[in-house]
Amino acid sequence: MLSFIARRLGLLIPTFFGITLLTFALIRLIPGDPVEVMMGERRVDPEMHAQAMERLGLNKPLPAQYLDYVGKLAQGDLGESLRTRESVWHEFLTLFPATLELAFAALLFAGIVGLLAGVIAALKRGSLFDHGVMGISLAGYSMPIFWWGLILIMFFSVSLGWTPVSGRIDLLYDIEPKTGFMLIDTLLSDEEGAFKDALMHLILPAIVLGTIPLAVIARMTRSSMLEVLREDYIRTARAKGLSPARVVFVHGLRNALIPVLTVFGLQVGTLLAGAVLTETIFSWPGIGKWLIEAIGARDYPVVQNGILLIACLVILVNFVVDILYGLANPRIRHQR
Amino acid sequence: MQRAFMKSRPLRLALAALLLGGATQLAAKPLVVCTEASPEGFDIVQYTTAVTADASAETVFNRLVDFKPGTTEIQPALAERWDISADGLTYTFHLRQGVKFHTTDYFKPTRDFNADDVLWSLNRQLDPNHPWHDKTSVGYPYFESMGFKELLKSVSKADAHTVVITLTRPEAPFLRDMAMGFTSIYSAEYGDQLLKAGKTAELNSKPIGTGPFIFQRYNKDAQVRFKPNPDYFRGKPPADALVFAIATDSNVRLQKLRANECQVALYPKPDDVPSIKQDPKLKVEEIEALVTGYISMNTEHKYLSDVRVRKAINMAFDRQTHVDQLFGKGNALVGVNPYPPTMIGYNNENRNPPRDLAKARQLLNEAGVPPGTVLTLFTRNGGGPTNPNPRLSAEMLQADLKQIGLKLDIRVMEWAEMLRRAKKGEADLVSAGWAGDNGDPDNFLSPLLSCDAVKSGENYARWCNPKFQELISRAREVIDNDERARLYNEALKVYDDEQPWISMAHPKMFTTMRDNVEGYVISPLTNNNFATTKVK
Repeated sequence: MLSFIARRLGLLIPTFFGITLLTFALIRLIPGDPVEVMMGERRVDPEMHAQAMERLGLNKPLPAQYLDYVGKLAQGDLGESLRTRESVWHEFLTLFPATLELAFAALLFAGIVGLLAGVIAALKRGSLFDHGVMGISLAGYSMPIFWWGLILIMFFSVSLGWTPVSGRIDLLYDIEPKTGFMLIDTLLSDEEGAFKDALMHLILPAIVLGTIPLAVIARMTRSSMLEVLREDYIRTARAKGLSPARVVFVHGLRNALIPVLTVFGLQVGTLLAGAVLTETIFSWPGIGKWLIEAIGARDYPVVQNGILLIACLVILVNFVVDILYGLANPRIRHQR
Repeated sequence: MQRAFMKSRPLRLALAALLLGGATQLAAKPLVVCTEASPEGFDIVQYTTAVTADASAETVFNRLVDFKPGTTEIQPALAERWDISADGLTYTFHLRQGVKFHTTDYFKPTRDFNADDVLWSLNRQLDPNHPWHDKTSVGYPYFESMGFKELLKSVSKADAHTVVITLTRPEAPFLRDMAMGFTSIYSAEYGDQLLKAGKTAELNSKPIGTGPFIFQRYNKDAQVRFKPNPDYFRGKPPADALVFAIATDSNVRLQKLRANECQVALYPKPDDVPSIKQDPKLKVEEIEALVTGYISMNTEHKYLSDVRVRKAINMAFDRQTHVDQLFGKGNALVGVNPYPPTMIGYNNENRNPPRDLAKARQLLNEAGVPPGTVLTLFTRNGGGPTNPNPRLSAEMLQADLKQIGLKLDIRVMEWAEMLRRAKKGEADLVSAGWAGDNGDPDNFLSPLLSCDAVKSGENYARWCNPKFQELISRAREVIDNDERARLYNEALKVYDDEQPWISMAHPKMFTTMRDNVEGYVISPLTNNNFATTKVK
């Protein structure tokens, strides 16, 4: 097991450097520079432009800029945003809890509903429920997030008035961000009603962001369950007289979960990608919006390091999933 | 506590009822303004966007002079009055006394506003030796793009309440320039305190000014909170608190307004305005803004260098349909001149040529333009106030030009990339727009149509006409308003003869709000000030 972990860890180092090179190069491939973008239609004085580029260290040759960047990274310095002058690390820490809270809620929603729907569809194969779940999940998978979000807002928030339109909490509450997780901060604050309000604000974005993972998880659970339910050991378990629930959830679902677990890991990337749109629709102050704006402004340090941090997170989650997978399935960890 | 709360329905209902009352007691009802983007920071001199100006220059800061609400006329602000020397080179500002800087948990002023603060604020941007001069990432974009580095000779104090600004040349729009955000007045005492503590970056995150609202907190990309300044020299603002809620999408801003999650929603889509006007709970303020949407024609390029070709294009362009489709009927004026009719010197005699395809084809023929000639048009991918749907706009022009035998190759690109390439003169036609900063015609003509702007690239038409240049240069230096109006009027006649642009539209600006909002005055300059706004 240890050598399995070591092999996986060893793969992380080139991946990490690959990402630094890729993000560094990609943002610079986009034409324009931060000074030009900041000036927009206005006159850019060449002298001022040159001074600003020098001040930002962007007048050096690209290899030198890359070495500077990697050198600073090695010292744990993620640099400052060119626009706001705030440290990138500080901005990330300020915004990431919002994305994490949303992604966690979406995954929880997708996991619970997706697993249940997948299992029931497998058990009732060919039934109306099965066709219904598969049809809805296909529709869910193909749904344009922006459209889906606006439809839910129009229906639940504007027509029915059940949920708030957007944001993380009603602005009537002045919640000081202590942890950055609104649900926790509202519990820590003495403003009563704030927790419920924060929870209500979370419902629609979590549904919108969780729709695609839900569809994937439901379909994956169904097909995996169908395969497992045909196995000999299930027949044996039934022959032994075990209760149907025990057969399905202990013997069946446990084994069917192995591929689903991998999908969970992969969905973290999907969730973070989907967060960009969901955060825009619901005015959710997370890292998705932050990165999109940074790309528009050519805020190199934010783009480079923001993507790097997210990539590290996705790598980490998939690393943990790999380990769990290895633990669950000994054949995997012995493969070379 | 959370579990118990979730489990018991009666308890939950009871608590909800209780909380509603409790919450109202906890926070006074704020005026919530839904805006489209996050402020980049609060040190306004570092930035150029309107959103950032709203959250800093219009709330936290004042300037020596400012614009009368809803107009572009100058009124006294931190300067009570001013004298201008006969040669137009020396401006003496007599400062208002007893003005307090904000008291917050991060700064307690020990003195009132005085001349040192004015010197600090302007010399910081002007003087390379000022200890604060290099404490920004990219310098002072507005100060430099407005040419203040060359215009200001010196800023000095005659006494504690008198400041003298000397210019290198007479500059008629100078007072109007001094009402713009980049001349906001900072506390020198606060600056010194931050410099001593090595916390210069905090000037951008914890602003101190003399303005109507005191900065409280910025939750990044979510909200900015302010409280009213009880010592504001024009009187305490009536709102209990001011909150900017950041909602990027205009549909979402409208839904939030309908749900009363915000009481004012800025930058609505013109398409939505008719339906908002029909909603009895909402109202719309509108104004003819100082904005122009235009299409420049590169006068250095083959064929377009011939005025007959430019006239033919203007003749083929179906303006009224174009403007109605893009902005909605009644939401924009059809453009004739480069700036809107509310500004001085507007030439009322200029007329767009009547749409005449046969005459246009004849002009092209005379100019030797073969049928099927391809022209490139650069346009941006996202809409804005000067053109809500650039792609549709381009396609409509394409259809118009097809009727006179010209093919339009539309290149849709990201805004920054479009500007970069347009400044290099790569395109035949560029779909662009301009929002005036200070209500002065020079603010349109010099940056967009002068010979200097050909060199720096912003004159996408690359049109440098000596007569036009001479007229606008003279108008810039003349202080007398009537004479300036005459000079601009004449310059616009030259513009009309030469037609370097298709002047497309002067869109109206709209602000939407709940019907119980009072005291908001919409500005033609696209900035938003809530010092007199309240929720009934």
